[in-house]
Amino acid sequence: MSGHEFQHHFAESGGVDLSDRATNLNEKAYGELRELASRYPQPRSALLPMLHLVQSYDGRVSAAGVEACAEILGISAAQVSGVATFYTMYHRKPAGKHHIGVCTTALCAVMGGDAVLDAVEAKLGVSAGAVTADGKFSLERVECNAACDFAPVMMVNWEYFDQMTPQKAAQLLDDLAAGKQVQSPRGATVTSWQEAERVLAGFPDGRADEGPSAGPASLAGLGDLKPGEIPTGVPAAKKRAPRKKPAAEPAAQATAAAVKAEPAAKPAPRKRTAAPKAETAAKPAPRKRAAKKQEEK
Amino acid sequence: MTDTFTPVLTANWGQPNSWKLSAYEAAGGYKAAAKALKMQPAEVLGVVKDSNLRGRGGAGFPVGMKWSFVPQDNPNPKYLVVNGDESEPGTCKDMPLLLASPHTLIEGMIISSYAINCHTAFVYIRGEVLHVHRRVRQAVAEAYEAGWLGKDIKGSGYDLDIIVHAGAGAYICGEETALLNSLEGRRGQPRLRPPFPAVEGLYASPTVINNVESIATVPSIINHGAEWFAGMGTEKSKGFTIYSLSGHVAKPGQYEAPLGITLRELLERAGGIRAGHELKFWTPGGSSTPILTAEHLDVPLDYEGLASAGSMMGTKALQIFDETVSVVRTTLRWVEFYKHESCGKCTPCREGTWWLVQLLRDFEQGVAAEGSVDKLLDVAGIVNGKSFCALAGGACACVTSAVKHFRAEFEQGYTTPAWEVLPYEASALFAVEGGDVR
Repeated sequence: MSGHEFQHHFAESGGVDLSDRATNLNEKAYGELRELASRYPQPRSALLPMLHLVQSYDGRVSAAGVEACAEILGISAAQVSGVATFYTMYHRKPAGKHHIGVCTTALCAVMGGDAVLDAVEAKLGVSAGAVTADGKFSLERVECNAACDFAPVMMVNWEYFDQMTPQKAAQLLDDLAAGKQVQSPRGATVTSWQEAERVLAGFPDGRADEGPSAGPASLAGLGDLKPGEIPTGVPAAKKRAPRKKPAAEPAAQATAAAVKAEPAAKPAPRKRTAAPKAETAAKPAPRKRAAKKQEEK
Repeated sequence: MTDTFTPVLTANWGQPNSWKLSAYEAAGGYKAAAKALKMQPAEVLGVVKDSNLRGRGGAGFPVGMKWSFVPQDNPNPKYLVVNGDESEPGTCKDMPLLLASPHTLIEGMIISSYAINCHTAFVYIRGEVLHVHRRVRQAVAEAYEAGWLGKDIKGSGYDLDIIVHAGAGAYICGEETALLNSLEGRRGQPRLRPPFPAVEGLYASPTVINNVESIATVPSIINHGAEWFAGMGTEKSKGFTIYSLSGHVAKPGQYEAPLGITLRELLERAGGIRAGHELKFWTPGGSSTPILTAEHLDVPLDYEGLASAGSMMGTKALQIFDETVSVVRTTLRWVEFYKHESCGKCTPCREGTWWLVQLLRDFEQGVAAEGSVDKLLDVAGIVNGKSFCALAGGACACVTSAVKHFRAEFEQGYTTPAWEVLPYEASALFAVEGGDVR
C-alpha cells in the first residue's frame, strides 16, 4: 500500500440513486412538470421548481424524476443530476413525513441552537442527516434561515418555529408524532414536507392567509406605533448633524446602562472549577459536534 | 433623532391582513405605480438616480446608475431579477418584508421594470421559507386579477409579467451571477465578469438584479420624491433602511432608521444588551463584514462610516454578542458555514475554507499548535481575493477581524478549549440542562 489512498471527504455526496426505480410520477405529474416548463421564457429555467415537484411526488429526487425532467427539457439526465446534487434542499434518499431543520450557524448556535439540536437528536433517536425508522421525521442541521431576530430557530417542513428551547422542541415533536394540529407562529398549519415541496414548486395550497402578518420581533422597531395605526406623516427629512468622531460623544450619554463603551474585549481566561474540569477531561478528545459534522458531509 | 423618524417600509407590517391587496391599497399602496406609469420611463429612472438610493443587498451600488447601464439599443428583452435569496448569516429583513407586505415589492417591481423597459420580471426567493412563497405567490395572483400585472396595466399600454421562483438551498445564489445561473436551471456557480449582467445577464440579455429591499424602497421615492429621500441619511448614504438586530439584545428585531444611525442609538431603541451583560463584538452587516467591538458604538452605520472603521455596510444585519460568547467558537461556525456553502468552482475558496475549518477546530478544542494564529492569517491571506466572487472574502474577513480584535483569545486555543475559556451554556437564552451545550 502506498499510504496515500484517496480519502473521500464527502462520503454522502454521490449522485442520484439510479438503481431505485420506485416512482409515483403519473400522467398528472408529467402535465404539471410541462406546465412549469411553460411558465418561463426558456424552459430550462423551470428545472429547480420541477425538482421540487418531483420531490413532492416521490419523497426524493428519484431516478424517474430525473429522467422526466431531462425528457421534458431536452437535456441529459446527467445535466439534471448535476443540478439536483448541487442544492441542499434536494434529497437523494426519502425524507421523513416531517422534515426538521435546526439552525446551528453561529448566532443560533450561540443562542441555544446547539442545545436544541442535541434535544431533537435525543428525542428522535437519530443524528442530523438521518431519517427515523418509522419514516416520520428527517433531521437536518440548517444554515442561517433568515430569522436571526427569532433565534434559536427551528424549521418544520420549512415553516418557522421561533425562539426554540429544548423543551419546546421536544413538545413540538411529540405533537407532530401524535398527529396533532400544529401551526407555525408565523405561518400556516403544518402539513407535510411533500406538500410543502409542491407549494415551493409553484402550486399554491391556499394557506397564504393563515398566520399573522409578522412576528413580534419583526414589529419591535415600530416601538410606540400601536397595532392597526398607520403612520400618516411623511418621515422627517432631517439632515444629520455633521458626523461626530467616534468617542467624541461621552459614554455617559448612553441611556442603556448595559451598553458600555469600554472595550469589553479580551476576557480574562476563565478556568472551570475543579469539578466540571474533571467532567470535561472524561470526554473523548474530538469535539462531539465537529465529529458529527464531518460524518454528515 | 429616533423619535423624529416615521417608518416607511415597515410601517404597515402590523396591520391586519397587511399582505392582502385590499389592505395595501387602503394604506395608499399602488399610488406610486399609478404615478410612475403616467411618467416617461427615463423620468422614473431619473428620480431614482437623483434619490441616490444605493443597493440594500450588501454591495451598496447606486440603484439608478445600475439601471442606466442597461443598453436600451440592445434588441434582446430586458429583465429585472429581484434577489430574495437572503442567506447571509444574520440577515433577516427581506423575509419579514415579504411575509408582511409582498405588494410593496410588487409595486416596486412594476415601477422598476417600467423604468428599464422590462416586460418580464423575476423574484428569486430562497426555498427554505414556505410561507413567504405562499404570500408572494398569492400577492402576484391578486395583482394580476386587479390589473396591476399582465397586459396594458391600468390602461397605460405597459405590459409586465412577474415570475416567482423558488431556490433550493444555496447561499451562493445570493451572488448575482450565481443567481442567474440558478435561474437558468443550472448549478449556482458565479460567472466571470465582465460582461456584467446589465449587458449580458439572464439568457445573455440585459438584466438588472436588485435586492428585495432596494426595489421595495422605490415606491416611496416615487411617491414623495427624490429630494425627500435624499434629505434623510448622511452625505453619501441617503435615505432610510432596515437594520436587523439579533443576538444578545433585549429586543431583537427590525429597526428602520435613516442611514448613519449608530449602534448606540439602535441599542437604545432595542432596550440595550441583554440584562446584566455587556457588548463584546458585533457584525455591522452579516458575517461577511469584519466584526467590530464596543469601541465602535458611535460609528455611523452607513457605507462610508463603516468603511472607515475597517468594516462594511453589508446587509445591515447587526449580530450582537455579549461577553459570554467565545469568539473562537463563533468564528469557527461562520467559517463552517462558508465551507458548506462554497460552490466549489474556485480552488482557493473550496480548499481554503476547508483548511480554515480544520485550523479553527483545533483552536476550539484547545489543541492548536503554538504560533498557528499566524498560519490562520496566512491561509486567509492566500484565499482572500483569489476567486470569482466574494464568498471566500467573507470567510476570510470574519477570521482576520476576529484575530485582529481578539488575538489573545485565539492564543488561548493553544492550551485551553474554547468552552473552558468561556462556558458555552452562559451564552444560551435558556438554562441548559446539564450545563453543557457542546
